[in-house]
Amino acid sequence: MKKTKYLLPVAAAGVLALTLSACSGDGGGGGSTAGSEDCSAYESYGKHDGKTVSVYSTIVDIEATNLEESWAQFENCTGITVKYEGSKEFETQIGVRAQSGTAPDVAIFPQPGLLATQARAGYLKPAPKTVSDLVDKNWSPDWKKYGTVDGTYYAAPMLANVKGFVWYAPKTFKDKGWEVPKTWDEMIELSKKIAADDPNMKPWCAGFESGEATGWPGTDWIEDVVLRAHGPEVYDQWVAHQIPFNDPKIVDSFNKAGDILLNQEMVNGGFGDVRSILSTGFAQAGQPVLDGTCAMHHQANFQAANWPAGTNVAEDGDVWAFITPPIDESKGKAVTGGGEMVGAYKDTAEVQSFLAYLASADFANNRVKLGGVVSANKGLDPNNAQSDLDKLTVQILQDPETVFRFDGSDLMPSAVGSNSFWKGIVQWINGTSSQDVANSIESSWPKS
Amino acid sequence: MEFIGEKLLQVVIALAIFAAVIGLIMLLVDRAPKSVKDKVTVAGFLAPAAILMLVGLVYPAIRTSMLAFTDASGNGNGFDNFVWMFTQPEALTTLRNTVIWTVLVPLLSTSFGLAYAVFIDKARGERVLKSLVFMPMAISFVGAGIIWKLVYDYRGPNIEQTGVINFFRDALGMDPKQFLLDAPENTIFLIIVMVWIQTGFAMVILSAAIKGVPVELIEAARLDGANAWQQFRNVTVPGIRGALVVVLTTITIATLKVFDIVRTMTAGNYDTSVVANEMYTQAFRAGEPGRGAALALILFLMVLPIVVYNARVLRKQREIH
Repeated sequence: MKKTKYLLPVAAAGVLALTLSACSGDGGGGGSTAGSEDCSAYESYGKHDGKTVSVYSTIVDIEATNLEESWAQFENCTGITVKYEGSKEFETQIGVRAQSGTAPDVAIFPQPGLLATQARAGYLKPAPKTVSDLVDKNWSPDWKKYGTVDGTYYAAPMLANVKGFVWYAPKTFKDKGWEVPKTWDEMIELSKKIAADDPNMKPWCAGFESGEATGWPGTDWIEDVVLRAHGPEVYDQWVAHQIPFNDPKIVDSFNKAGDILLNQEMVNGGFGDVRSILSTGFAQAGQPVLDGTCAMHHQANFQAANWPAGTNVAEDGDVWAFITPPIDESKGKAVTGGGEMVGAYKDTAEVQSFLAYLASADFANNRVKLGGVVSANKGLDPNNAQSDLDKLTVQILQDPETVFRFDGSDLMPSAVGSNSFWKGIVQWINGTSSQDVANSIESSWPKS
Repeated sequence: MEFIGEKLLQVVIALAIFAAVIGLIMLLVDRAPKSVKDKVTVAGFLAPAAILMLVGLVYPAIRTSMLAFTDASGNGNGFDNFVWMFTQPEALTTLRNTVIWTVLVPLLSTSFGLAYAVFIDKARGERVLKSLVFMPMAISFVGAGIIWKLVYDYRGPNIEQTGVINFFRDALGMDPKQFLLDAPENTIFLIIVMVWIQTGFAMVILSAAIKGVPVELIEAARLDGANAWQQFRNVTVPGIRGALVVVLTTITIATLKVFDIVRTMTAGNYDTSVVANEMYTQAFRAGEPGRGAALALILFLMVLPIVVYNARVLRKQREIH
């Protein structure tokens, strides 16, 4: 927020300076230097006065405001107007719009699977070379892979999030003398202890309700367990369908997660029985951590935004988080995470220039400075992270020891990743066995 | 502002073009030689509507039908989509639910609407009583879905209830119930929402029809010693048969297409999906436009006989009068 106050006058000054220098014609001293100084970082993107780029994504509310602010300077310096539109219905609407010929110029895809669907349908334009080079420079090869479909490179990553944080109240832990668990087994031990200790407190609270996307928070659980119990190789095979979805290792992972989620003793603090997970909104689900009706809540770093205003998110604050601990320690320090991929439906000069900016370290720094998000861009200065949690997340992302894997359901074909996997989770919580759920998801995997 | 200005300009231009085209057609029709003038006039006035029909209805219908025989990448796959529809347990549940909806909603809404219309006919405060039942009609399906989702809301035992029904269950010492999660009755709980909306519609149309039944007939029946039920059965119902058919078929068609209620309340989870919802999900979220199109085609085939029947009854009525 500090940035808001600072950016607007600077932007205004920049515009003013440009106008002045344009008016004075012969380019008198101070005005034009100020203008070129502000815009020096943006010279490589060229001048595209009067051009417009439309952008469509899932990002709404405060996040959208911050996003627009992070390219305000770019707009001023290049003359491009960015028309931004965010919608929670993006995942379905982007398909509707592409099919009806009203696609945006640029779409920010939260799921590589959806990106691949759109690319294979022939709607997307391959990424320009400048973008591809920037991605080679600033991201690990993994990230480049997520934007590549059938050998063609389409989309640069934008921001990143880390999933699998376990949120807890440090004060409660301290009062009760509980330690932050270092392994999965310790975590289960702790959960059992909490369940036995206090009849008014459940070890976990969870909520998978999310409108038509109901079930997705559950896919995060399964992915975390698969990666931690069976390692990145199995995880990659699973996501790429080189092993079937109902492979015994995956069913076993469902059962491991079920030790917590399907156990009446373990869930669902503040909301009811196991099945209340399905009728509890994912954004509200964590709240009982604050009033002590549950001890832990599994959710990505963006849960930080779901706490009520004024909640202090810090190691010694109201809430803090640890990464879901390893199950098989020999498989390394593993995290799952997500991120956005920027794909284009047009390849005009102004669109390419905008894509290049979004792929740059400048953008990553500008956006992360505004708080609430991080990026896996190597050019990101960790000091730009605004909160303790953002810092922790950047640390995890930039740690060379970390085994990072993209959210599996986002990588799977949309028929699975944003349909049958979600539905499977819903059936699973609602009482269908792990094996049956895995079988039914496997049978929904597209043949072609 | 700039954006709105741009759109306004587009609207004005579009209207101007439309007026110019119509004007041109009129002019040409007017100039046509006398011998064919009638035909040209008819063709000239039908053409705009016919073209819009072709572009907006016939072309999409043909394209959807063709799409129904393709897979996700657009290659022909014969009847695979239909095989999927009639073999996958999930898709079968969808079809079954749609049948349940189409049987229950028109029957319940029409009976409740009819009963209400008869009982409040000429009662004191009739207008107020009518508007009370008609009011849900003014709420969108999405709005109604959200309202009823709150009504059905669930919290575990010993936790303060937020849903109206569970609050009362709790007060009566009963365990709270997960209304939307328990198949198969959850479909019934969704159907209640649609009945709640459509009863008003049925009631208004039927009430108007009842008022159109000649008083002489009813009086004659009364003089003949018919009791209230006999009057209703033998005079009122035959007198409003046309209106009843219209109400039943209209609600049936609306029910076949039901989408918003299911989507807002359960998103088709917990075995509550219906054809329209599944069509949208398959086509746009799962990236299987072929399956979506196949479902759309089936929906079309289900609606078709009802529309034909409706049209025939209306035509017969016109012949009688």
